[in-house]
Amino acid sequence: MASFKPTKIQVYPKLGEKVTQDTLYWKNYKAPVQIKEFGAITNIDFSPVAPHNFAVTAFTRVHIYGPFSQEPVKTFTRFKDTAYSGRFRSDGQLLVAGCEDSVVRLFDVSGKVALRMFKGHTKAVHVTDFTSDGYQILTGSDDYTCRLWDIPNATELNTYQEHTDYIRCGVTSKLNRDLFITGSYDHTLKMFDARLDKSVMTMDHGHPVENLLLYPSEGLLVSAGGRYVKVWDLLKGGQPLVSMKNHHKTVTCLSLGSNGQRLLSASLDRHVKVYNTTNYKVVHNFDYAASILSLGLAPDDESIVVGMTNGILSVKHRKSPEESKETSGQQRRKPSYRVFVKGKNYVPKQDDYLVSKPVKQHLAKYDKQLKRFNVSKALDTALETWLRRRKPEITVAVIKELDRRGTLKNALAGRDEQSLFHLLNFLIGNLVDPRFAPVLVTTAEMILDIYRSVIGQSPVVDRQLLRLQDLLEREIDYQKDLLEVLGMLDTMFASSIPRKEVPCSGISRSNGLGQGEASTSRPQLQAT
Amino acid sequence: MVEHGDIRVVHRGGSKINFREPVITNDSKFLLCASGECVKVFSTSTEECVHDLRGHTDLVTGVIIKPSNHLQAYSCSADGTVRLWDFTDGILIKTYVIGHPIYSIHASASHEGVVFVVTSMHADKRPDLLQLVAVHLPRSGDQMVEARELSAVLSDVSSNPLAIVFGRGGEYIASAKGLKLEVYLFRKQKAYSFFLKEDNKKGRRNTFTCVACHPKDDCIATGHEDGKIRLWRNFNQKKEYTYSTLHWHHSAVSSLCFTPEGTNLLSGGIESVLVQWRYNQEDQREFLPRLGAAITHITVSPDGSLFFTSHSDNKITIIQSCLKVSAAIQGLVKGESVTTDLMMDPRSKSLVLNGKPGHLQFYSLQRDKLLYNLDVVQQEYIHESGLQQFEVVKAAFDTSGNWLATVEERKQKGAEVELNLKLWEFDEQTQSFVLNTTISAPHEAQITGMCFCHSTDNQTTMLVSTSKDGHFKAWQLDAQAHTEADERPSWSCDFVGAYHSLVPECCCFSADGSLLAVSFQEVVTVWSTASWELLTTLSQPPKAIRNLCFGRLSCSKYLLGTTGNNLLCCWNLLTCSLEWSTSMDVSLLLADPISENMAAFCRQAGSTDLFVFKPSEPRPLFSQKAVCPGKVTRAIFTPREEMLESCEESSQWLNRSQLYFLTQHMDLMTFTTKVEEDRLMASSKQLVIDDTVAMTPFYLLLGKHRQQDSGDAQSGISAERTPLPQGSVAIKELLQTPAHVLPSTSFLCSMFVQSLLISVTDPREENKATEEEMESEKEEEDSEEEMESGTTRPEQAPLGRHAAESAAPALTKAQVRELRRVKKLDRSWFAGLLDS
Repeated sequence: MASFKPTKIQVYPKLGEKVTQDTLYWKNYKAPVQIKEFGAITNIDFSPVAPHNFAVTAFTRVHIYGPFSQEPVKTFTRFKDTAYSGRFRSDGQLLVAGCEDSVVRLFDVSGKVALRMFKGHTKAVHVTDFTSDGYQILTGSDDYTCRLWDIPNATELNTYQEHTDYIRCGVTSKLNRDLFITGSYDHTLKMFDARLDKSVMTMDHGHPVENLLLYPSEGLLVSAGGRYVKVWDLLKGGQPLVSMKNHHKTVTCLSLGSNGQRLLSASLDRHVKVYNTTNYKVVHNFDYAASILSLGLAPDDESIVVGMTNGILSVKHRKSPEESKETSGQQRRKPSYRVFVKGKNYVPKQDDYLVSKPVKQHLAKYDKQLKRFNVSKALDTALETWLRRRKPEITVAVIKELDRRGTLKNALAGRDEQSLFHLLNFLIGNLVDPRFAPVLVTTAEMILDIYRSVIGQSPVVDRQLLRLQDLLEREIDYQKDLLEVLGMLDTMFASSIPRKEVPCSGISRSNGLGQGEASTSRPQLQAT
Repeated sequence: MVEHGDIRVVHRGGSKINFREPVITNDSKFLLCASGECVKVFSTSTEECVHDLRGHTDLVTGVIIKPSNHLQAYSCSADGTVRLWDFTDGILIKTYVIGHPIYSIHASASHEGVVFVVTSMHADKRPDLLQLVAVHLPRSGDQMVEARELSAVLSDVSSNPLAIVFGRGGEYIASAKGLKLEVYLFRKQKAYSFFLKEDNKKGRRNTFTCVACHPKDDCIATGHEDGKIRLWRNFNQKKEYTYSTLHWHHSAVSSLCFTPEGTNLLSGGIESVLVQWRYNQEDQREFLPRLGAAITHITVSPDGSLFFTSHSDNKITIIQSCLKVSAAIQGLVKGESVTTDLMMDPRSKSLVLNGKPGHLQFYSLQRDKLLYNLDVVQQEYIHESGLQQFEVVKAAFDTSGNWLATVEERKQKGAEVELNLKLWEFDEQTQSFVLNTTISAPHEAQITGMCFCHSTDNQTTMLVSTSKDGHFKAWQLDAQAHTEADERPSWSCDFVGAYHSLVPECCCFSADGSLLAVSFQEVVTVWSTASWELLTTLSQPPKAIRNLCFGRLSCSKYLLGTTGNNLLCCWNLLTCSLEWSTSMDVSLLLADPISENMAAFCRQAGSTDLFVFKPSEPRPLFSQKAVCPGKVTRAIFTPREEMLESCEESSQWLNRSQLYFLTQHMDLMTFTTKVEEDRLMASSKQLVIDDTVAMTPFYLLLGKHRQQDSGDAQSGISAERTPLPQGSVAIKELLQTPAHVLPSTSFLCSMFVQSLLISVTDPREENKATEEEMESEKEEEDSEEEMESGTTRPEQAPLGRHAAESAAPALTKAQVRELRRVKKLDRSWFAGLLDS
């Protein structure tokens, strides 16, 4: 005698992204803290020394925030116009910032007034940075020049006038005090040596360059411009290594995370993408509310700071280990392991007589009803609030099972207003779900057949039926649109696939038929 | 045309064992089942078939135990004879010739020397009018007796044996047919008839289906088409009869049975639930649900401890009286049709085909036994007629037997076809198939063909399915390792192909797995499996391709196909041209996986012919006209366990493999050669019982294996079997001594085992030497025999016997003395036992 076979609940493929180690890691952040700034946030820079404050450049000021404060710990407001590119020196003591009025200002982090003002550029300065020895400043400006300044004397050391468009990004080498790279809207990246008067290397990015990033080893350079992120091998003389096109708007910012294991890129398309730096594949994606202009990542990925065009600064802090454990612990609160194994791991001794107890088959509530052929009750159980809200696939599986048994009509018939309301509610919620549609459409037809005579007697049911009608009309419209798109795609594919003549066996006279090409379509995945 | 010398078509897989109700012997040890042309005797404790009672020449239609001698049984058959058997030994005692086909047989203890048979007396006038006839069996010493004393008891009875039953130890007989219940009282010599209305309210069908009589009370229980059970009382008066109705079954009650004490009534039907009603308290009932298939017959053992139910899936279930299933005897399940092909499980070498609804059955051909059923659908089966269920329509094994693919399908009126493609992986631990991937709706329409890639390297397993939606899809196991450890590799779609929106019919992989041929109506497309490029098309208009088959081994350059307009074509793939074609109406074409041979079954005037050929040779290797009547749609080549050494050209194709096929009537047939039959006969022939030996445990141990005295080819062919020492004095003495005076078995065991061994300590070395010589001689003879094909057999047989006789006493004689000593010893041992 076989035992009762429970209803099979179909397992549907999980929609959305696959859960990997990276998703778990990058999802492990708290809800973002949002701070409103006065204007678009153009630059975020983390202080290299603990406690890793970060400088946020927005509109005419530079704010310095502590790692956990929502209020700025320090503000520099002595700019005449929009400030740009507030950056810390490697010791975290000095901060440099450019300005729309072409003056570069150097601040002491603890002071308020500018220590030095570097005047010489004729247009807005968007790029400022310290060299690795900390005594010189690199600036790049919209007047197509980049300059080196001496901090103690506030004098200009050198001017390079090789770019032919705005210089909007630049980076200095952390290992060599004389090397720096600038990127410009003339699509080029140029590497300069302060000991020479001209650039030593030029690379063509192909698009206006928005941001530059050097790997800690400084063998690889990453540039962002247009929709592309490109990686260059400096040791091979600036050979392009990888070109990535994962954003659909201009990439504005780059950052390295996880000790150089991951690369982050932010774009005007409101996404931050995380790449694996070994294979340059996207492993994670963050969504933000507005176009992103600047991105900062604290050491050890402790926090992600993103500045957007609408002036909102979003700070996400990593969850502490206890917190992340707590959340996972809550999900797993079920009867403890000890309850299940109680007495079961007892090993009988040699002389023991073993009395085996018949194992009782555990059945779900709806299965118990199905076993007794109580079809209406089985459907009622499957339509319980929790099941129909949280696990619609179970409800659908029970409906399918009833249909298979040929008793769905009996189960649907004879319902009062309340239960019919629930049934229709469930249909409205799930009818257009492609996973459930084949089953639920027949159910809906049956319901309409059965309850046709009572239409107009209950306002509640009538309202639901109208909603159902609405839903179906909308769905039909969607389907029409989709079919149109499909037709367009088909014609495009057909024209893009090269026509190929198939060798035809024309040798024997009888094999006259069979010329033509095979229509092959792309493989499609349907496995569950 | 090649003449077929000694190749015969034989039945395999046994017949139905659920055709008539099983009969239990009085000691509940054996179960007698009518099965085709023989009666099978099963042991109730081991569920093995003990022996077949063979002798009838037509379908056996009934078996009963002889009321006066519970060790004998009558059987009746459509060949018009009643035979009396000794079923413990399997001996035919007598044959009574009646002359008319018999439909059922009944007997009761109060009518000695009389059996009641249902037969059509007026065969010339109305063959459908059946009569219950009392046959007085003449007492005569002859084997074959003609029974002439016939007297009609009731006319117009049902052919169903369940509709006629004796009541209260033979006081009356009740018979039901249509809407009439007829009771014949032997004492009054009077028959009463009771009629039911054709349909009462709600259009219920009142037709009788079965009858059972209470063993102690005057009560008749009748089962009806609409699921009701009526209990009739007071039927010995015409007017004052009463009946009460019990209703639980939703469809026809197929069988009813009272327990011997009359306390319970058992009923069963299509619901496959055994219902036990308490007699006189009918509201108390117990159920035994989910017995697997519709119950056709119910029987209770004479002591009431065991119930036997036979089911429509060729199964007999043994149930203890506490309603607990204790065992099942399962035969080959034969449905109305086999939708899956016949297949071979490469691991167990068993035949795989549709079994119970939603299952695949694995049937061992060597042991002629059902191994197990694989539940493919995994859903609760609802036993209700007219319900569309999921059915397994396609299945395929890969070459190594690691993967099994199944397709299940449910067609509903006015709805889309529901399809599921399931892939099963063989699990070494549980030794069965475990579900790996379920693909729901793999295609939009029915799947017409499915096959695995034959390539021997296990790296890429590929499955191709063709469907009526105009596509064929290639499925592949995901090679990439998943990041999570708990996720096993699963199958996914690799490629979707189509050709001019034609419907693909069959698909076939070449032997090395590099090419895939898919037939799209009249066009055969050949694809490269590596790049999924369409390489070439072949066609033979105007009719669609029916079968496709790549050649094997040396003929792997050929692709064979059959078309609807009676053409068998062979294309050469190197030149992409038609090599040859011939006109024959091929219904089935298949290739032998281990040789170049191909078999084609052709329809010819209502029967089927078989041709076996090599694609490279114009002459067929073998052909046989009229293999069986009707169409053959399923067949398979299976590799043999041991090769046959036949040198005749016409039977060489059977040397390494066997061909099984299913006829239209779902009979499993195969071809055997004479050599093979001889070998089978030799090994299966039972011993003639030696009456001088008492029935002791030792006898049972030895008796089964004793060799025949009549010399035949057995010792020559199976030389590895050592002749058993049954003929020796010592063993005889051992067997005849009463058990209670023998020494302990552990003492005797070592001696006994030693006697079975080919003794090394045997002092007479020269005897052994001669034995060896003889062995080598035999081998020589064997090789000679190959060339002369069986002409030397008579000469060889005495030689073999000589070897057996000389070897056996020589081994045991040395121990006669020892045994004598033991016999002296035993008294003291016995005394010691008494003292303790």
